[in-house]
Amino acid sequence: MISVDIEIKLKAYHGGHLLPIKKQFNKGSITKILGPSGSGKTTLLKMIAGLSSPESGKIIANGVTWFDSGSKINVSPQKRNAGFVFQNYALFPNMTVQQHLEYATNEAGWIKRLLQLGQLDKFTTHKPDHLSGGQQQRLAILRALAIKPKLLLMDEPFSALDSKMKTSLIEELKSLIKQLDITTIIVSHNLQELEMFDGEVIDFEEFV
Amino acid sequence: MDLSPIWLTLKLAGITTLLLLLVGLPFARWLSRGRSFIKIIIEAIITMPLVLPPSVLGFYLLLAFSPQHGLGKWLHDTFDVQLVFSFPGLILASVIYSMPFMVGPVKSALQQLPGSLAEASYTLGKTEWQTFRYVLLPNIKPSLLTAAVLTFAHTLGEFGVVLMIGGNIPGVTRVASIAVYDSVEKMDYASANNYSLILFSITFVLVIAVFVFNKYQAKGPLA
Repeated sequence: MISVDIEIKLKAYHGGHLLPIKKQFNKGSITKILGPSGSGKTTLLKMIAGLSSPESGKIIANGVTWFDSGSKINVSPQKRNAGFVFQNYALFPNMTVQQHLEYATNEAGWIKRLLQLGQLDKFTTHKPDHLSGGQQQRLAILRALAIKPKLLLMDEPFSALDSKMKTSLIEELKSLIKQLDITTIIVSHNLQELEMFDGEVIDFEEFV
Repeated sequence: MDLSPIWLTLKLAGITTLLLLLVGLPFARWLSRGRSFIKIIIEAIITMPLVLPPSVLGFYLLLAFSPQHGLGKWLHDTFDVQLVFSFPGLILASVIYSMPFMVGPVKSALQQLPGSLAEASYTLGKTEWQTFRYVLLPNIKPSLLTAAVLTFAHTLGEFGVVLMIGGNIPGVTRVASIAVYDSVEKMDYASANNYSLILFSITFVLVIAVFVFNKYQAKGPLA
């Protein structure tokens, strides 16, 4: 279980304001967070991943404190084992599809399975610039799964996929999430995009 | 024609470039991450050789390395090392003098990479060093090459700092730019012309190579 009880500072043109967030994410659950752009959804994901720090509060994952402003604990993102799918994909321009996955894991069998899952097995030697938007997005998802994360954080992960590809990928993804017992948090501004996922839906404004 | 000033110059430029690749790259990475007052001060200090007259920099380095004063005296007394009028002294002065040519372009290139590249690498469990080595550096290759060539070419053209720190000792500190000046002083224009032509040719080829490489890169998948 991931327990989040933090305050995050949201920047705005006329100064910032503090947004308190208190939420528990059960182990193996899928949570869909909706909210308009600029509401702090991505910031929340980055704080859970350890890529930025809340103003104050605590983040506890399966009994391990990842962040505690009181006792100045802040576990590095490298040690949190949280897969992260970035909204802009954040693919490495110098690496091929195969190299992206090899950078994340050295389990050859697992890489092969992921490539089949994302239907990228015919594009292993392609660099991101030679992939379509949908293929890039799939590679970003596969790379996040390559580390066999216990927590998967996805920021607008299906926006570039066509409906056919989305259907097949989400079905496979759902079974993988269940099989690996991954706690999953998906952020989107579009509810329809996430309707194929069962799970709790949270309007981000409820946190306020 | 005595070619030793040319070899000495190439040796000095090569060693300076290698040292600055080792020292300047991690330094550029550190400077590229966030802004703090101390970073602004340090960046200003390493940028000073761009705007200071080389003779001023050379004068202060001469004072600092002199065996009669502070650091130079300590080095001389403790390690029996004398940097003034020696090749190691020239190397150290060149590293300081050419540092902005290595750090500046690399820092700017690193700052232009999306921050999410490094973040993605961290979430895959990779250390700061692994991220730098396998993700960031390969994606700034053109800037890296430009910085290395600029550093090399700039060191080839050093005069004021080299003259102040190294003087004009044949085979030890008499680099090509000093040899040109020395030849002109002796009214030996033929030698001055030869040295100048060689320096001009080397730097011209280097700059052309950078342009060709960057043009090729711009067409490639890293563009």
